[in-house]
Amino acid sequence: MSAEAPARRADAGTILEVEGLSKRFGGLVALSEVHFSIRRGEIYGLIGPNGAGKTTLFNVLTGIYRQDAGSIRFEGALLAHPTPDRIAALGIARTFQNIRLFANLSALENVMIGRHVRTHAGVVGAILRTRRTRAEEAAIERRARELLAYVGIEKRGNELARHLSYGDQRRLEIARSLATDPRLLALDEPAAGMNATEKLELRKLLGAIRADGTTLLIIEHDVRLVMGLCDRVLVLDYGRNIAEGEPRAIQRDPRVIEAYLGKAPERGAGA
Amino acid sequence: MDTFLQQVINGLTLGCVYAVVALGYTMVYGIIQLINFAHGEVVMIGCMTAFSVIVALAGSGLPPIAIVLLGTSAAVPVCMIVGYVIERVAYRPLRNAPRLAPLITAIGVSIVLQHLALLVWSRNIIAFPQIIQLKLFRLGHSDTSAAISNVQVAVIVASVVMMAGLLLLVHRTKVGIAMRATSQNPLVAGLMGVDVNRVISFTFVVGAALGAVAGVMVGTYYGIAHYQMGFLLGLKAFSAAVLGGIGNLAGAVLGGILMGLIEALGAGYVGDFTNVCFLDKFLPGFSNACFASPESSLFGSNYKDVYAFIVLILVLVFRPSGLLGERVGDRA
Amino acid sequence: MGFPHDMLSGLRRDPRAKWVGVVLVAASLLALPFVLAMAGTAWVRITNLAVLYALLSLGLNIVVGFAGLLDLGYIAFYAVGAYTYALLASPHFDIHLPWWAILPIGAAVACTFGVLLGTPTLKLRGDYLAIVTLGFGEIIRIFLNNLSEPFNLTNGPKGIWSIDPIHVMGIDFGSTTRFAGLAFSGTIKYYYFLLVMLVVVIVVNLRLQDSRIGRAWEAIREDELAARSMGINTRNMKLLAFAMGASFGGIAGGMFSAIQGFISPESFILTESVMVLAMVVLGGMGNVWGVILGAVLLTFVPEVLRYTVAPVQKWLFGRSLIDAEVIRMLLFGLAMVVMMLVRPAGLLPSAVRKRELAVPHDER
Repeated sequence: MSAEAPARRADAGTILEVEGLSKRFGGLVALSEVHFSIRRGEIYGLIGPNGAGKTTLFNVLTGIYRQDAGSIRFEGALLAHPTPDRIAALGIARTFQNIRLFANLSALENVMIGRHVRTHAGVVGAILRTRRTRAEEAAIERRARELLAYVGIEKRGNELARHLSYGDQRRLEIARSLATDPRLLALDEPAAGMNATEKLELRKLLGAIRADGTTLLIIEHDVRLVMGLCDRVLVLDYGRNIAEGEPRAIQRDPRVIEAYLGKAPERGAGA
Repeated sequence: MDTFLQQVINGLTLGCVYAVVALGYTMVYGIIQLINFAHGEVVMIGCMTAFSVIVALAGSGLPPIAIVLLGTSAAVPVCMIVGYVIERVAYRPLRNAPRLAPLITAIGVSIVLQHLALLVWSRNIIAFPQIIQLKLFRLGHSDTSAAISNVQVAVIVASVVMMAGLLLLVHRTKVGIAMRATSQNPLVAGLMGVDVNRVISFTFVVGAALGAVAGVMVGTYYGIAHYQMGFLLGLKAFSAAVLGGIGNLAGAVLGGILMGLIEALGAGYVGDFTNVCFLDKFLPGFSNACFASPESSLFGSNYKDVYAFIVLILVLVFRPSGLLGERVGDRA
Repeated sequence: MGFPHDMLSGLRRDPRAKWVGVVLVAASLLALPFVLAMAGTAWVRITNLAVLYALLSLGLNIVVGFAGLLDLGYIAFYAVGAYTYALLASPHFDIHLPWWAILPIGAAVACTFGVLLGTPTLKLRGDYLAIVTLGFGEIIRIFLNNLSEPFNLTNGPKGIWSIDPIHVMGIDFGSTTRFAGLAFSGTIKYYYFLLVMLVVVIVVNLRLQDSRIGRAWEAIREDELAARSMGINTRNMKLLAFAMGASFGGIAGGMFSAIQGFISPESFILTESVMVLAMVVLGGMGNVWGVILGAVLLTFVPEVLRYTVAPVQKWLFGRSLIDAEVIRMLLFGLAMVVMMLVRPAGLLPSAVRKRELAVPHDER
């Protein structure tokens, strides 16, 4: 199965382009003709009330679910029914809403596993411990330590992932994702459960990641964080686009306010 | 046509036995997503217990039906106790452990039960006393017409009664509601006041009781028993449960009957389809074998045990949810 | 307990001490068959069996211990390797290839079977995979039993005999050689041959575990979805583990053929699969040394029982009530249950496995 169709170099400035994306679960319409595009180097926010389809969208983007209709283009190439591992290889990495680390492995090992997709040693190399394999192993570990330092948990390298504090687990998950050398990093509620100080540090970290050339897609509930961090925001409700634009404009958009606060008593179900 | 009909009757009988055993697998799986690997051994214990009772009473002058019923009524409580103990000792402490753990204890329990049975009933194949006079009812006028025996009728009727009873239990009683609730979500069922541990024990005990009756049916139908008989029987019944859709009661019945038919018809016909004696014109190597037995075929009835496994593999690969099931054997 | 522990860790840190240790272990392993032979040549034969089981268990360890795939039909690959050797080095077809040609062929054939079985089934969840592999093991055995007609491939239940022993540089492993005043019986020569293979397999296991591949397997075991999202092609990685395990099983099977000189389908029943799995599980899944310990224990304990059970019973009851074989199986079954309840990670657990099995997982 080939994951990419011939590239369509539409806009060199666009990294991800989603059109008409729909996904149903039985009778439930989780996504309905969702469309947006993310520019290279921006921080793009995805918000919406609970059940709006944000995580479903993430799961479709990262190959966990298959869409029923619509297209996703990454760097101009069409992603046709890709698998999660293929997506990671192409350069999209993600974190999970309810952290999915390799809990019984050390923090360092977690990040080293992230390097898997960018390294090559096979069985023969591993068994013979060739010079190239050893060099690659050393490089993997070096890079993993760098990334631990980058997210600020270099002292925790030898601790088991499940022994880390909640905030550090979130950082570790980001470090692990960065180890795959993504060009687009998708974060599912990275600030969930963090206190104010941690959120501030997270904000700095995300800013640094962007400054280093990685585009970010963020689902976040903390409106202040989103408004302060994101360049543009897409609001979903009931699986549909409601509004898109700069944070300040979004905040004043009546449709968004309605989605969050409700308006009239006779709100249609689903539609 | 007569052979075909005969194979269908045989397959149907066998299938009813498989279905009853498969119900035991599917109930337990439905409620705690565990393959009760030792269930085949429970069936074996039931068969053996009934055997002992029947042997003891064979000369007592009681009517044969009464003897078999007494044997069954001894086998059922024994198996219920065995089922209960297995769950308490080998599965309950591991309910939150990775799946590997209860599977391994289950294998251990199987081995222990087999060898305990070996100690009690010897390592030989034991023959059931022929207390029931076999009566054949011909389904045609000639002596070669397909026939159904009184034992086959009894097996089919008993199976249907038990399946109906189980369906009533699950859908019409309070404990049945508790079972279904637990299978949906044990945590929530617990919060709603269902004693989840009791429900799970109950499920094992009911499954074991069905297994006991199945054991008696196998014993009286084939007339023989062996301490290792539970393994293959259990595996085929499990395959039947998967074929029907594991966790689904109707699926287990359907799967069991299909499995019986596949096995009977497969043993009867696949041999004919794969007869290779015509090849001896081309390959001299075949001529000796074909001279010795002109029926030489690639897959004769000696392969009948393979069909269950092939069905199992095909189902899991192409339709892991089974024919009627929704639960998926895919990674969870 | 401070002093000995400090001393031990001190020794571990000293590289010279490590080498002294290696030399000591090597010397005792080299001398072992001659020491055992004093107690009876049967013990050398049993030791060979233990090493053979260790080879087999280390192969299964790659599948179960590293990749976390429960294979209950592993013995099928052993059978495939054994029959490959037997068919290519016996009067059955009058083909007599040398061992260095057959063992790789056996590994390749077993590997092919592994891939054939693995490709459709590896997406299944753990316990389903266990049942399917079990079924596969049975299918292979049934075929071995029946493929004597119409074309006599396996000679059916009668098995294949007069299998060629191994020859290395003109030395026949089927007979006794005198060298430097010592009598090297065939059994002893096989011991050394197996020992070399064991060392190779240990190194392969250890190096695989501590590599990019080994880490990927660990990741899959821990959280398959997260592993996939990190770019690990889980299907290929599982298939790789399966194929490697199968290959090792095939090689061990070939050795079994050569050593025994006779094989039949009886040697490849389900109990054998369970036994090998038990060696891995009881010893300590994922830990090479634990697996070897499991293999050695489960080979020797039954033999010890065989020599002690009957006399003890005679002494206690005046006659032998229970067969040693039955006691062995009862203890074995109980051990599997008890170990899972009290020490689920095995006697010598691997660090990661111990942690995994200690935390209750809600739903995997």
